[in-house]
Amino acid sequence: MSATDIEQDPQRLRWQCRRGMLELDLLLNGFLDAGYSDLSKQGRGDFVRLLAYQDQIIYDWLMGQSIPADAALRDLVGLIRAAMKR
Amino acid sequence: MPIPHRRFDALILGAGGAGLNAALRLASADLRVAVVSKVFPTRSHTVAAQGGVNAALANVLPDNWHWHMFDTVKGSDYLGDQDAIEYMCREAIPTVYELEHAGVPFSRLDNGKIYQRAFGGQSQDFGGDQAARTCAAADRTGHAILHTLYQQNVRARSHFFDEYFGIDLIRDDEGVVIGALVLDIESGEPLVIESKATLIATGGYGQVFRTTTNAFINTGDGMAMALRAGVPLQDMEFYQFHPTGVAGKGMLITEGARGEGGFLVNGDGERFMERYAPRALDLASRDVVARSMVTEIREGRGAGPNKDHVLLKLDHLGAEVVHQRLPGITDICRVFLGIDPAKDAIPVFPTAHYAMGGIPTDPHARVVAPARHGPEEVVPGLYAAGECACVSVHGANRLGGNSLLDILVFGRAAGTDILRFVAENPNHRTMRDEHIEPALARMQRWERKGEGESVHAAKADLRKLMEDHCGVFRERETMAEGVDKLKALRDRIDGVRLQDHSKTFNTARIEALELDNLMDVGMATLMSALHREESRGAHSRVDFPQRDDEQWMKHSLYSREDDRMDFKPVRTKPLTVESFPPKARVY
Ligand SMILES: Cc1cc2nc3c(=O)[nH]c(=O)nc-3n(C[C@H](O)[C@H](O)[C@H](O)COP(=O)(O)OP(=O)(O)OC[C@H]3O[C@@H](n4cnc5c(N)ncnc54)[C@H](O)[C@@H]3O)c2cc1C
Repeated sequence: MSATDIEQDPQRLRWQCRRGMLELDLLLNGFLDAGYSDLSKQGRGDFVRLLAYQDQIIYDWLMGQSIPADAALRDLVGLIRAAMKR
Repeated sequence: MPIPHRRFDALILGAGGAGLNAALRLASADLRVAVVSKVFPTRSHTVAAQGGVNAALANVLPDNWHWHMFDTVKGSDYLGDQDAIEYMCREAIPTVYELEHAGVPFSRLDNGKIYQRAFGGQSQDFGGDQAARTCAAADRTGHAILHTLYQQNVRARSHFFDEYFGIDLIRDDEGVVIGALVLDIESGEPLVIESKATLIATGGYGQVFRTTTNAFINTGDGMAMALRAGVPLQDMEFYQFHPTGVAGKGMLITEGARGEGGFLVNGDGERFMERYAPRALDLASRDVVARSMVTEIREGRGAGPNKDHVLLKLDHLGAEVVHQRLPGITDICRVFLGIDPAKDAIPVFPTAHYAMGGIPTDPHARVVAPARHGPEEVVPGLYAAGECACVSVHGANRLGGNSLLDILVFGRAAGTDILRFVAENPNHRTMRDEHIEPALARMQRWERKGEGESVHAAKADLRKLMEDHCGVFRERETMAEGVDKLKALRDRIDGVRLQDHSKTFNTARIEALELDNLMDVGMATLMSALHREESRGAHSRVDFPQRDDEQWMKHSLYSREDDRMDFKPVRTKPLTVESFPPKARVY
């Protein structure tokens, strides 16, 4: 299953947003509902890429405890956090 | 089309700390092990445990396992089984060293030994000075343990079925558990896994309550599987709540916030704890604080447009204190509420955190159920460990740091006993179609088409109902009403329909199957809570405020058949030491 297939399958993406921590469930699913559809193709690919990271790392990024070195992921983290507040 | 079958020596349902530690023991002994997990293994809930794991290593302060045992028995409010507790506290020490050797990066002292923190409920010398017993890998102990165990399992060649959903156990005519029906979430196809022994290690069920710290995956699947296989659930009334969760979201605002001087106010801005606990105020015990909060809301003095929460105020402490001493809370408020806790009050509500009850087992993690010869007869071929099990080491209340210990010690004990069992029962038993039929029927129920209520609506109602009728405010009338409503909801569920019947990655189907499970564990919780007419540990009743050892020093057992309640004695005799008799609880 390639990244492109995943991007186009909302159900599959939804399951990848099921994580071991409530905070991630809320942030990632929240973004899937309000934000993901506005992303460009590139942005969607980045989201799929983000989901492949370990829970603890995604948690640190989203909670602002560390910053991804990759600029695209850095932007995406900002968008996910912003979507939560809406 | 016939359903494919796969055969393994052992089947492990769940890949959290409990499941992975069992699997590792088995795979290292060259058994063929199948590990089934509905999410990728390292996304199991164990990853969320940040605090640490208890063991009397005595690296920081004097300690020994017997003191740890005393604290655990006392913490359990004397409902814990003392043989299991002795076993766990003794095994804690080699367990932590084993993890260290396996590569878990525990935080260290300057002398190179494992650093240990002090936590509430830990004492030296049977109730004396504070002890320091919790070993942590920075603030990511669960993550470190889970990853280490996963990598070791991959090396030992455990066979992983990632993103497979366990539907139900399969039992033969003699009641022996011979495997399980699982569903490949990706393809939507069922698969039968035949096994000589099966371990349930599916974790907790916080999702049955509206406000919880638990991830979405914690839906009590394995507990409900046990119920449907005719095994009762034990001590389900004992559920640990934290008073201060973020309202409407669930994550924890640590007790540290009140420790630093934060206090609670109601919708009128009144510091209401002055009325409930004039001396201890906001630092009164958890159950007192939680019940006071809910009483304020029930009596119409909640905050917010729906008056459905109270407020935690930290703004008087100053930005420096709040941001520097409570960085975690600051982050949570910023990300989830868009507020700065140094300026704005935090909306809070009691949040469901940890299940003490579960599938009854003995200290070898063998599932035991009442049968002809007594209340604790082994269900052949079936094991349970971790938060889904009730061995019972936590009794009526769990101590911080004891559940990671529980999952590791009894996960491993399960592995050890399965080795013995499989050596004694080397052949697969015959599985016939009729054995699989009940599990299949449950899956096919969700294929029914047509108009009907949505899974989401029914689930939201269930969670609200459980919070209102079986949360921290418990009295007969409220709970009896809850049981009636829950029975009505159970009937309604029959009319719930899926709108999406596609096969691949149909997450709606998975959520429907989870809803069935939540209904079953919800009923178990509510019925058990209604029947226990005393206050003990986490179960506190407004109408029966005292602990009653004469009548209630016994375990509850809820069976799905006729929603029946039974009871069995607490095992008060430890393995080698004297038993700790019940004492009044004073802290
Ligand atoms: C926020 C938080 C912090 C905590 N901190 C601590 C702490 O510091 N110290 C401590 O001791 N305890 C702590 N706990 C408690 C502790 O984390 C849990 O009790 C423990 O991790 C449970 O482990 P487990 O192996 O039983 O289950 P889990 O880790 O929950 O794993 C369950 C597994 O079962 C699988 N599964 C479930 N249902 C199915 C199904 N139907 N089909 C297939 N697979 C299924 C899941 O995919 C998962 O792999 C904390 C809990 C929370 C919520």
